[in-house]
Amino acid sequence: MPQFNFANWLDLPYAEKSIGLENYDAIKLISFDGWAVNVTIFNSWIVMAIIVIVSWLATRRLSYGKQVSKLQTALEALVLWLQNEANETSGSRNNQYLGMALGLFSFILVANLLTFIPWFKPPTASLSTTMALALVVFLASPYFSIQNAGVKGYLRKFIEPIPLMLPMNVFSECFSIFAMGLRLFGNMLSGVMFGAILSAFIPFIAPLTMQTLGLLTGTIQAYIFALLAVVYTSAVKEEIKPEI
Amino acid sequence: MDAYAIIGAASVIGACVCMGIGSIGSSLGEGYAAAAALQAMAQQPDEASRIRSTMFVSLAMIETTALYALLIAFLILYANPFWNYAVSQ
Repeated sequence: MPQFNFANWLDLPYAEKSIGLENYDAIKLISFDGWAVNVTIFNSWIVMAIIVIVSWLATRRLSYGKQVSKLQTALEALVLWLQNEANETSGSRNNQYLGMALGLFSFILVANLLTFIPWFKPPTASLSTTMALALVVFLASPYFSIQNAGVKGYLRKFIEPIPLMLPMNVFSECFSIFAMGLRLFGNMLSGVMFGAILSAFIPFIAPLTMQTLGLLTGTIQAYIFALLAVVYTSAVKEEIKPEI
Repeated sequence: MDAYAIIGAASVIGACVCMGIGSIGSSLGEGYAAAAALQAMAQQPDEASRIRSTMFVSLAMIETTALYALLIAFLILYANPFWNYAVSQ
């Protein structure tokens, strides 16, 4: 029989324990015999549901002219802005990277902005979520590279200056992706920790300022994660032969 | 002074030194990068949006080193393997 203890979701972060590193993966909401759904997974389901519902509401009655709804205008502005950024950064003209960039951006943005709800423990402040997102980019890199330049062009990247650099290139490929997951995790974790430490000392007004700053940081981090994903996946391009 | 005191004191001092020294380089680098980007924006206001997006990406890359120091400080303070080993003994 599954056991539900959703009271755990309502625990304020750092409310009862002293200042310490709280592991969101250890807070279990639904537990079956052998496995459990922890608060990270549950909160990412909430984020996904919000994205799907908002997108469905916006695209339900698509129109043009004067009766365009406000939601459609807002989402169109967002998509067009990110399309512009992704195309400028990658140099592609056929919106190849738009899907990946928009998916990563909207997930991280909604997850980070929902921290204004006091009980919400952001899934991006858990290392497992950010590493999963980084793994997506790690797998997307050969996919887009092979699509653009073929298998040979992709493998040539690893022996680029001289074949002696092969281990260095493999290491740098793995570590830059690893650093991307770690960066998001560190930023979100430090935001949550600042709020917790400040509310232990000055419980009233001061944590509010840090959490407002956290909303700004979260937005910038979402943008940076999407843009860096585009930068890393578009590193290998088709060689353009000069026409002479 | 028993082993617990030595491990605890060394962990706290190590975390403070790690954070302090680790953030010097990245904060200086972020300052230089932001100053150069502002200068470029002042010289060419038409290109301000492109410069700004590139600046954000590079600031995030520079910030990474300070974040590694922060993560190691957290690791030392809250999930210290040596402390856990000493407690389990």
